[in-house]
Amino acid sequence: MKTIRIGNGCGFWGDSVDAPIRLAQRGRLDYLTLEYLAELTMSILALQKQRDPEAGYAGDFLDVLQRLTPVLQQQPNLKIITNAGGMNPSACARQAKVVLQKAGLTRRIGIVSGDDLLPRLDALLPQHPFTNLDTGELLATITPRVVSANAYLGAKPIAEALAQGAQIVITGRVADASLTMGPAVHEFGWLWDDWDRLSAASVAGHLIECGAQACGGLWCNWRDVPDWSDIGYPHVDLTDDGSFTISSDAGPGVNRETLVEQLLYEVGDPLKYLTPDVVADFTSISLTTVDERTVRVSGAQGDEATSTYKVSIAYRDGYTASGTLTIAGRDAVAKAQLCGKAILQRIGVAVDRSNIECIGGGACAPGVIDPSADPPEVMLRVSVHDRRKDVVERFAKELAPLVTSGPPGVTGYTTGRPAAREVFAYWPALIEKNAVESKVEMLT
Amino acid sequence: MSQKIALNEIAHGRSGDKGNHANIAIIAYTQAGYDWLRDHLTADAVAQYFKPMLPSRVIRYEAPNVLGLNFVLHDILAGGASRSLRIDTQGKTLALTLLRMPIDLPANVERMLREPPSRLGR
Repeated sequence: MKTIRIGNGCGFWGDSVDAPIRLAQRGRLDYLTLEYLAELTMSILALQKQRDPEAGYAGDFLDVLQRLTPVLQQQPNLKIITNAGGMNPSACARQAKVVLQKAGLTRRIGIVSGDDLLPRLDALLPQHPFTNLDTGELLATITPRVVSANAYLGAKPIAEALAQGAQIVITGRVADASLTMGPAVHEFGWLWDDWDRLSAASVAGHLIECGAQACGGLWCNWRDVPDWSDIGYPHVDLTDDGSFTISSDAGPGVNRETLVEQLLYEVGDPLKYLTPDVVADFTSISLTTVDERTVRVSGAQGDEATSTYKVSIAYRDGYTASGTLTIAGRDAVAKAQLCGKAILQRIGVAVDRSNIECIGGGACAPGVIDPSADPPEVMLRVSVHDRRKDVVERFAKELAPLVTSGPPGVTGYTTGRPAAREVFAYWPALIEKNAVESKVEMLT
Repeated sequence: MSQKIALNEIAHGRSGDKGNHANIAIIAYTQAGYDWLRDHLTADAVAQYFKPMLPSRVIRYEAPNVLGLNFVLHDILAGGASRSLRIDTQGKTLALTLLRMPIDLPANVERMLREPPSRLGR
C-alpha cells in the first residue's frame, strides 16, 4: 500500500531553525513542509518589499535551506513545500536557487503566487466590498491605509506545481493546510470534489501546521514530556483512503491528548472547519492509539468548499509602545497601579488607548483571577496606542524617571526606552474565488 | 456548601486566537467527564466566568468524538494580536485560566479522572 510521509518542521517565523534539519535527517520524509506566515507577517513583509523590490519573504527559510543542503544531497527525492515566499515568492525562489547552486544542487523550483490583491485593490473594490468579518465595516473606510491584502489560496496550485515537476514549491499566502493537501492530492491523484479525502488531508495539515504543538508543546500534562530539550516535530503517513498515522521520529512522539488539544486549536465550529478546498468535519474523525508515540486518524468526512477565499488585510493604525518596571516590597500591586497612572498623566496629553498591567497579579486574565496573597514583586507593564508618533515617544521617556520619582521598590529599568512601533491592524474579509487567479511558474 | 474541585481535575485544554476572538477547547479525560461537562460547563457559565474581560458573546460547540467542548469568546482579546495592549494578546493562556475554574464536585468524580498518566514516547 502506498504511503506518503509529510513532516512539518516549522510552525511560524521565529520557530526553531534546527527542527527542520533534525526532522529531515531522522524522519525519512517524502515532503518537508515549512510554515512561516502568521496573520500579521504579511504586513511586515509588504513594507520590506516597498523599500526593496527584492525583499519581502521569510529570510529564515534561506538559512534553513542552506543547512538542509547536506540532507538534500543524501535524499534526492525529498521535496519541500513552504509559504516562505510571503509577499515575494519569485525573489525567494531566486535566492533559494543561489543557495542550492552554491552547494552544487539543482532543483526544479515551483512558484505559487496570485494571492496578493493589493495591486488590484482599487479595481476590485467596486464589486468586492471586503466587508470586515468581525465588525461589518466596509474596507472603503480605510482603503488609503491598507498595506497588504492577501487571499488564502488552496492546494490546487501547489499540486499543479508538483505535477509540473517541482521539487521545491515556494508560495505566498496559502491556507496552512494547503501545504499538506497539495502533495497528498498530487501523490494519490484525488479528485477536487472528493470531499472526504480532502477533509482527511486538511485534518492532517491542521494537526502538523504548528510543529511541536502536536508533539507535547503546550500540552497541559507537560510533566509527562520526558525531555524538553528534544521536543518532536510531527509527520503524517498518509494512505490513499485518507486515513493516516501521526508521530515524530525526533523527540517523544504524540499521543491522544497532545493531538486532541491541537485538533481544536484555533478552531471555531469543529463541524465546519473552512479551508479553501473543503469544509472539513472534525467531529467525524476517530483517533486510535497505535503505540506509545503514534496515533491513527481515520473516518474524516467533508463537504463542498465555499465559493469564497478568506482575505487577510492589514492597515496602518497609529503607533504603540510598551514598557516595564519591576515593583517590589509590601503592596506591590497598589504601588504598580499608582506608578502606571503617574506615567500616563506625566505624558501631558491624553493618549487614545492605554493599559496598565501588574504581571504577577493576574494580568493574563484581568479581573478573572485575583492574586490571593500580596506578591513579593510584580512587573508593571504600561502600554499606549495613539495616532501621534510623538505622543508615543513622549510616553517612552516617562518610565525611567519613576526609579527616583516614584514610591519605594521601583527597579528593573534595564532595557532602555521602549521604541514606538507602527501598528498594522487586522481586517479579515472574504472574496469570491472567481475574482482571484493563482499562478504557477517554474524556475530551473 | 458543596465541595469544589478545579476543572483541570477532569479536563485538559488549549486556547488561541482568531482576530479579536479567542477559542478555548476543554477536553474531558473520560466519557463520564464529558457527559458532566456537557451538562454543566455551559456557554453561559463560561461567559459569566470571563465577564471581567468583556466578551460580547460566547458560543459553545461540541466535538463528542474527542470528548471536547470548544468555546468561542467573541471580542475578548481587547483588539487581538495586532491592536491589543495586553501581555497575552492572543489568548494563549485563557484555557489555563478556565481550567482553574472551581466546579461542584461531581458525584461520580472517580470515573472522570485521568487514567494512569501516559508518558510520551515511553
